[in-house]
Amino acid sequence: MGDFDWSAIWNSRAVLMDGMLLSLQLFGIALAGGIFFGTLLAMARLSSFRMLSYPAAGFVNLIRSIPFIMAIFWFYFLTPMLVQKLTGKQGEAVGPFTSAIVAFIMVEAAYYSEIIRAGIQSVPRGQPWAAYALGMNYWQSMGHVVLPQAFRNMVPIMLTQAIILFQDTSLVYVVGLKDFLGAASKSGQITGRIVELYVFVAFVYLIICFGASKLVKYLQVRMDPSNKSISAVAKTP
Amino acid sequence: MDWKVFLEQAPSGGMTYLGWLMSGMMWTLIVSSCAWIIAFTLGSVLGVLRTTPLKWLSTPATIYVEIFRNIPLLVQMFLWYFVMPEILPTSMGDYLKQTYPNLIQLPFAQFSLWEFTAAVMCLGLYTASRVAEQVRAGIESLPKGQTNAGLAMGFTLPQVYRYVTLPMAFRLVIPPMTSEFLTIFKNSSTALTIGVLELTAQSRQISEYTFKTFEAFSAATLIYIVITLTVIALMRVLEHKVAVPGYVSQGGH
Repeated sequence: MGDFDWSAIWNSRAVLMDGMLLSLQLFGIALAGGIFFGTLLAMARLSSFRMLSYPAAGFVNLIRSIPFIMAIFWFYFLTPMLVQKLTGKQGEAVGPFTSAIVAFIMVEAAYYSEIIRAGIQSVPRGQPWAAYALGMNYWQSMGHVVLPQAFRNMVPIMLTQAIILFQDTSLVYVVGLKDFLGAASKSGQITGRIVELYVFVAFVYLIICFGASKLVKYLQVRMDPSNKSISAVAKTP
Repeated sequence: MDWKVFLEQAPSGGMTYLGWLMSGMMWTLIVSSCAWIIAFTLGSVLGVLRTTPLKWLSTPATIYVEIFRNIPLLVQMFLWYFVMPEILPTSMGDYLKQTYPNLIQLPFAQFSLWEFTAAVMCLGLYTASRVAEQVRAGIESLPKGQTNAGLAMGFTLPQVYRYVTLPMAFRLVIPPMTSEFLTIFKNSSTALTIGVLELTAQSRQISEYTFKTFEAFSAATLIYIVITLTVIALMRVLEHKVAVPGYVSQGGH
């Protein structure tokens, strides 16, 4: 019990590396897709057309009120059906990775849309009005005026959410994908060294996420558009 | 679609599939409530410690928060369930794996006491780190003058917390606490990986036995939504009940 066999980790390095690559791949695609669709969802929710805002709000609230694992199961079940409907090809296999990607993008889009919505709302109303007064249309005012300011305000909280997303990628374990945790679990079962491998996985996640969160804190201070040092001076009586 | 499937007899447990769902819902609520007691108690203590000016109190609390926040919940679940019995002294580990699980026969459950305990501990200790951050933010959002005034009146530091800071802070953190409870409630589904048959696990089991995946998932989703809405409504009532007259929190609703 007390005798740890750390060579088990070294011997599983190839599998663990593959697992980490899959985790990072999932993280990258889900992050990009989540922010892209999250922005669209946020714009739809803030739209004055109810045809857009109601379904967007419904989707976001639905996803946010069920467990992440439940959402993964849902998309795992729905994606192959949808792909078959869209392509018309029967029996075309949709891999677990594709289904997991779809699930993660959809869930993250819902989470990010709430952050982005708050970011858009933090931009003073006068900004889009000024853009419209200059003759810009909706997309121009969003793309050139509102979103750049909104994203600047949101960067720290979006990065924090990205760290949470990175941790959440471990949930693909439930559909049997070999991400970092899944790989460790598999090779732990084969070698019988599950303790060492799980401790190692925990340690690696801890280092990555702790380092990343420190970095976010540093950026937060540096990037604060209201520049704390100035406003602090201004507030001093 | 065939909703009558829930009235069919399930292969085990001597109940219908609806019974499986209800048992899953019950275990989801039990696991999340037990874990919440740990999370709220420990998280409040840690949050308070982090705001104290005493380094030897705040540093350990900070280390706890950083560790538990930066390891994925699922990994922590495995650490409790698989790793814990192995790194304890042999006799204790064997007790956890063999004797302890059979101490009590859990009602309507095909999982053991150890699986339940591991899930509750894991969720509770993980969420404590998040609760601690909320409590700390609540305390830090109060004007510094309140603490100083308390100290100037001759209160000791514990008295300042007891009579000045905490009564305000705990009112302010009700909305974030609500969302933390809802998080623990949703996160309890990770317990399915160590064999706890909570709501998500039951809905998947029903879909595997009956192939009525859509119906099974819809039913579970509906239950999650109903409970979420109920909790939000109840907490709103509580928030209004304990609101300090004249003290309107900035954010509004």
